[in-house]
Amino acid sequence: MIGYTVIFGLACLTLALLLNLWRLLRGPEVADRIVALDTMVINAIAVIVLIGIADANDIYFEAALLLAMVGFVGTVAYCKFILRGDIVE
Amino acid sequence: MMELGLIAEIATSAMIVLGSLLALIGSWGMVRLPTLMERLHGPAKATTLGLGALLVGSVLYYQFYKGQWSAHELLISLFLFITAPIAANMIAKVHLHRLRQDRAKAGPAGTPPAPSEQSDWSTFEAPHSDTPVATSQE
Repeated sequence: MIGYTVIFGLACLTLALLLNLWRLLRGPEVADRIVALDTMVINAIAVIVLIGIADANDIYFEAALLLAMVGFVGTVAYCKFILRGDIVE
Repeated sequence: MMELGLIAEIATSAMIVLGSLLALIGSWGMVRLPTLMERLHGPAKATTLGLGALLVGSVLYYQFYKGQWSAHELLISLFLFITAPIAANMIAKVHLHRLRQDRAKAGPAGTPPAPSEQSDWSTFEAPHSDTPVATSQE
């Protein structure tokens, strides 16, 4: 049963990533694209967690934790660049 | 009486299905809603509830199937719960500044009103005197 639910979850997350990609390409505003990228990182973390369950290997959680950190820093860097024209002042 | 393995399987599966469905709903909300202030709502639910449920499912899976207690998931969810509001706040600030420059479209509720007669939102103003930021620059 776990195998089927993991496949179902991966299908849902694939659809979610495609929706995010649509918003990323469509915009129309810069902030919309930043939200789309941020959500894409969240969904990618979810995909990694699901693969970690399917593979029964806990090394995937290190990757998910790293992606959570890098995704947050990336979002803040984009916002800082739009707000101030510079990332580290 | 049901055996423990079946209950564990049902609980883990329910958490995985719930989490991935909430992630899908969050992304759908981001595509569907009209402007940025509304679009911020969807991913917030996907981050907290969706990934939260997925990570609880993962904890249950490792607990019941491999018999090991794993705390990585709790670290991930703790980190996401701390950073998600900060990221959303920064994105909303970008939107407010772009609204002031007339480079963004206001939502159905219009632009946010000023907090009071004398002052503006803090992201538009210089630091007031006697606040930590203002005193640190001297």
